[in-house]
Amino acid sequence: MAMLEVKDLKVYYGMIQAIKGISFEVNEGEVIALIGANGAGKTTTLQTITGMIAPKSGAILFEGQDITKVPGHKIVAMGMAHVPEGRRVFAELSVFENLKLGAYTRKDKTEVAETLERVYRSFPRLKERKNQSAGTLSGGEQQMLAMGRALMSRPRIILMDEPSMGLSPIFVEEIFHIIQEISASGTTVLLVEQNAKKALSIANRAYVLETGNIVLSGDAKALMNDESIKKAYLGE
Amino acid sequence: MTFLTHLINGISLGSIYAIIALGYTMVYGIAKMLNFAHGDVIMIGCYAVFMSMSSLALPPAVSVVLAIVVCTVLGIVIEKVAYKPLRKASPLAVLITAIGVSYLLQNIALLLFGADSKSFQSIVAFPPLKLAGGNLIIPSVTIVTVILCIVIVAALLTFIKKTKAGQAMLAVSEDKEAAQLMGVNVNGTISLTFAIGSGLAAVAGVLLCSAYPTLTPYTGSMPGIKAFTAAVFGGIGSIWGAFVGGILLGVIEILGRAYISSQLSDAIVFAVLILVLLVKPTGIFGKPIHEKV
Repeated sequence: MAMLEVKDLKVYYGMIQAIKGISFEVNEGEVIALIGANGAGKTTTLQTITGMIAPKSGAILFEGQDITKVPGHKIVAMGMAHVPEGRRVFAELSVFENLKLGAYTRKDKTEVAETLERVYRSFPRLKERKNQSAGTLSGGEQQMLAMGRALMSRPRIILMDEPSMGLSPIFVEEIFHIIQEISASGTTVLLVEQNAKKALSIANRAYVLETGNIVLSGDAKALMNDESIKKAYLGE
Repeated sequence: MTFLTHLINGISLGSIYAIIALGYTMVYGIAKMLNFAHGDVIMIGCYAVFMSMSSLALPPAVSVVLAIVVCTVLGIVIEKVAYKPLRKASPLAVLITAIGVSYLLQNIALLLFGADSKSFQSIVAFPPLKLAGGNLIIPSVTIVTVILCIVIVAALLTFIKKTKAGQAMLAVSEDKEAAQLMGVNVNGTISLTFAIGSGLAAVAGVLLCSAYPTLTPYTGSMPGIKAFTAAVFGGIGSIWGAFVGGILLGVIEILGRAYISSQLSDAIVFAVLILVLLVKPTGIFGKPIHEKV
């Protein structure tokens, strides 16, 4: 059974159909890349999965459970975290307060403290800046905070939306390295990226979205060598 | 000594404005809307105390608790019925709705209690404090008002800084969607904010009517507008701003009435607001506002 299964999902913004009946699945332990141009529906797909947008039809199954109608704020406690596009850290709050909000639904204080230590070990910069307000961090640091904040909920699957967007090449490398570490630690990853080359290089499988449809899918390495993908997304 | 008396009266009136302004500012911070019905919730709170004490003959303390419960529930109901359906509507639609709710509450009170003014019995019954050999007399309600205001501000600041629900409020006020991704129930948090703001309105109402004991369906209107002014003055969205703005406004109003003109005191208050907004559009403690009100 797939960990996350999306079946014939259709999403509208008013009269405009953004997602035109897509189906895909993510298995436990995989890194799945969702690639495509601007406006293809990648962000909409993630937002629909975590209940930020209600779909018109279709179903979303997480670990066999239908979560299509589960209110957005209840998703994270089920074991699914979402690192939104543009990072969306709470700029006025400190790094520490942001991380604590990541564990908002968790009750056990000692376990939360352990997770916090683990996040600080993975992101030493966040520990250095824990009392600084998040708005004063650089873009790359904010991305790390957004990822650390998501990890604070101890998710079994983490959805990441354009984590490398707007970052300097060094930070891009670092972020992708961190995604690999998250995956290695046993968390399943669904990654939305415009940087198709980097995304495919770390993914097991990938789906290609074009104006609300999945037009291509398969093994990430195979897709990297696909001529049409090379032309359209890898700039070769 | 007269100056000191005026100053103390000003701080006392300002404390009431501050407590009302807290409701405006918290609701604005979370829901990004101006709840113009807030002043009328105060009036309902006053009637709740009045009816409870006169018709039900309950003791003052019980009556105040009852009024807080009535206003808290009223605040939650107003949010659910009038504002929640408009969560995605334009700010102007919400503003007009809030004005509508304000008139609705005034007219309900008019129907239920009539237009004639009721004389409110102060709930603070202990004797005034006499200082400087009897030259400086501070009414007990003044002392209670100022202390209560400080306690409320301190409690709110602690609540927001130290509790999960408080942190959730800050998260919602900054980014509703991101807060939801953390597992925060955004609608629940907005309800809680209205509940706290309206509960505080009841407290403010009781203090207001204890100091100025005439109660009509329009009692909450002017203090509501002035407290809104105080919230803007201090920087809307900021708890410190509501506190400082409220106190300053009360002091300006009383000193203006005493030394410039009693007829012009309201005009002076609003002139000060205009001046502040010209010099610093975000108010004393305000952050730059990106959303349109």
